[in-house]
Amino acid sequence: MTNSAKFDTWIYPTKRGLYCAAGDFYIDPSQPVERAVITHGHSDHARAGHGRVLATPETIAIMQIRLGKTCAGALQSQGYGSVLQIGDADVSLHPAGHILGSAQILVRHRGQRAVVSGDYKRRFDPTCAPFEPVPADLFVTEATFGLPVFRHEPDASETAKLLEVQRASPGRTILIGVYGLGKCQRLILLLRQAGYDRPIWLHGALVAMCDLYQTLGIDLGPLAPVAAATSTLAGEIVLCPPSALADRWSRRLADPVTGFASGWMRVRARARQRGVELPLVISDHADWPELVTTIAETAAEEIWVTHGREDALVHQIGLMGRRGRALAMVGRDEEAE
Amino acid sequence: MKAFAQLLDRLSYTPGRNAKLALMTRYFQTAPDPDRGWALAALTGTLPFKAPMRRILLELMEKRLDAVLYRLSRDYVGDTAETVALAWPEPLHPAEPPRLADVVTALRTASKAEIAGLIETWLDGLDATGRWALLKFITGALRVGVSARLAKTALAALRDCDPDEIEEIWHGLSPPYGALFGWLEGCAPRPDVTGSPVFRPLMLAHPLEEADFAGLDLDAFAVEWKWDGVRVQIAGGGDHVRLYSRTGDDISAAFPELVAPFRFEGVLDGELLVMRDGVVAPFNDLQQRLNRKTVTRRTLEQFPAHVRLYDSLVLGDADLRALPFAERRLMLERWYSDMQPPRMDLSELVVCNSMDDLAEIWRKTRAAEMEGLMLKRRSSPYLAGRPKGHWYKWKREALTIDCVLMYAQRGSGKRSSYYSDLTFGLWREPTGGTPELVPVGKAYSGFNDAELIELDRWIRQNTVETFGPVRSVSAGLVLEIAFDAAQRSSRHKSGVAMRFPRVHRIRWDKPAHEADRLPTLEKVITGVDQPVIEP
Repeated sequence: MTNSAKFDTWIYPTKRGLYCAAGDFYIDPSQPVERAVITHGHSDHARAGHGRVLATPETIAIMQIRLGKTCAGALQSQGYGSVLQIGDADVSLHPAGHILGSAQILVRHRGQRAVVSGDYKRRFDPTCAPFEPVPADLFVTEATFGLPVFRHEPDASETAKLLEVQRASPGRTILIGVYGLGKCQRLILLLRQAGYDRPIWLHGALVAMCDLYQTLGIDLGPLAPVAAATSTLAGEIVLCPPSALADRWSRRLADPVTGFASGWMRVRARARQRGVELPLVISDHADWPELVTTIAETAAEEIWVTHGREDALVHQIGLMGRRGRALAMVGRDEEAE
Repeated sequence: MKAFAQLLDRLSYTPGRNAKLALMTRYFQTAPDPDRGWALAALTGTLPFKAPMRRILLELMEKRLDAVLYRLSRDYVGDTAETVALAWPEPLHPAEPPRLADVVTALRTASKAEIAGLIETWLDGLDATGRWALLKFITGALRVGVSARLAKTALAALRDCDPDEIEEIWHGLSPPYGALFGWLEGCAPRPDVTGSPVFRPLMLAHPLEEADFAGLDLDAFAVEWKWDGVRVQIAGGGDHVRLYSRTGDDISAAFPELVAPFRFEGVLDGELLVMRDGVVAPFNDLQQRLNRKTVTRRTLEQFPAHVRLYDSLVLGDADLRALPFAERRLMLERWYSDMQPPRMDLSELVVCNSMDDLAEIWRKTRAAEMEGLMLKRRSSPYLAGRPKGHWYKWKREALTIDCVLMYAQRGSGKRSSYYSDLTFGLWREPTGGTPELVPVGKAYSGFNDAELIELDRWIRQNTVETFGPVRSVSAGLVLEIAFDAAQRSSRHKSGVAMRFPRVHRIRWDKPAHEADRLPTLEKVITGVDQPVIEP
């Protein structure tokens, strides 16, 4: 039986984030540090102001778009699978299936393997490499949807629902709130796979990231900024950040049907809270069965839970005969998804 | 079940009235009998069974989900039926999805011990939405934002008729409403409900506008007090007497003292009041009797109900509605003196000889604790709905008070991008402390679209803090609030609740510190002070 103390000598949570003492670096720190390894480009994981950053090439490109070219003293990219020695630790990055460039970080130290998954999901996503199970002694998991009520529907049934509403509401704009990095591009590709080939209209805040995806070789089909529209976009599909759904910006559209693509839409009260008429359960995070399956697959005996509904997941880990520990990481924005 | 589940699912997310109507009408047009009849029963609250679901569901979940995980899930979701629907494990071998009608038949014939097993099998045959809809159906509490009236309005579209035509026969029918659907679709005669105590759609009054007042021929009108109670209809037929709310809900069970003691044939219109020793109690007392399914002996004694009659729609087997008000009134008076029904009396006619007289009486309505005056055209038949030019209500003058805007919340539907739901407060001055605002009420109306845009802009520019859809604003905008009355309330921090508050004027000109103090509102409750009269 392992215990926390065994890992705590070389990797442990701190106020600034998870710290690897063996290599003197932080993983997704919440404040500027000398050396950081970043799992993916979402703003609650990738912040500006670190001395040195190690991440996948895609994550670095995303950080440069969002945070500026000089968001860190030095940006070092490393592809999936290759190993870099940092101090007394061997560090490699492995696909997490969360968004483009997202990585789990495997740190090996004196025969022990710690895998820090960042955010992840297990289902197919046409915009990024699929999650790769990495055997671990210590597995650090998220728990955004860490309750048995969260079972995401198949993506295809959700896009079918969207297109059905679009066909049935010719006089209205279909306005869908999406998180700008990952969800937006994934929803566009899901619509393309469902045969929707009309231009998809974008809120201005979504344009730069879609351009980057296209530059990185992910074909999103015809896109157009809402600012360039000459009509109220009745019958069209418009994507915007969730905050713009019910704001003044949306008044220019034709009596919009407001939708929201998020794992939270599984729970009615959450959809109603936001006044969502068309809830789409499309998530970039693991749902409950995926969390449980992944924990089993890594074969880790010790599991640390970073953020989300950690009570339930830690309890479940106990039921599975493993050691679970809630880290209660500061600075994680669990609502944004 | 699938079509019904889809209907409920869409209804629960669709905010617009017309969109909801379209969804229901389409369902009624396409779903088979008797399923659609049971769906209608669920939407109108007339399902004939009630299962103790909470306990059954807990037992079923215990076998499938760890108790701690269930509790955490329930806490998060906030609704037992939805939690079970979402957390129910997908079965390896799904059962056949049940039909709505099969669910009803099985539940009506099952013994208590068999119910859990039935529900288990049905849940195994459905997806998450289906499970949710099934459990909502069985508990009878749909909570999808549909009133019985709205469901009947959707139903009326099948025949392209007025929903009042359905109301006329509704309480003589029972689920699954085969005869009703047959009639609506033109393949059966109108169901005959003669002899059963059915609800008749009410005749409603228009507010008296200034223009109406100027052109009013007083001789053509009967004047009555507008009582501060709630409108009811009392219907007798066969062996039953029933009490209906103004929307046609059967509220007999909550008022046994009114329906039990006598039998009659007819339909009467009146005001429900709480009355002790011939004196009408304040509206607050009546509220103790409203919205209850049953009533205790203690409540019956403390808050005795009474009906003050003012019209007769049917007496014996004669439908009087085509007759003029004056004749119906005479027949009501005759019936009343013959029957001497307990706990009922007649609403007196107010004698007034001139328009000046009328205005004088109206001015005294607040002091007399009347809600105002009713003017009914003597020659008017009893017409369902709110026909123009027949009945007028002249409500007592509103009270007004200058409040300060404190919070604003986004509206819903078309108003979802506007901060249109306004919470306002009055100043309280603790002895020796600095004045602070305490919230006293919320208003959603009383401003036009142009004012709404200005309000919205002001709120955005003066936001202090944002909590989700709510903004708190700096104390800088005075709203002159009109309201009908103020009551003591333990639910409000200020200890006062307003009835029917609405924005009367936006006082862009008035500094916030000149707004009213809480004691000004408190005086209206105690009745110590004369009402604040509008200029």
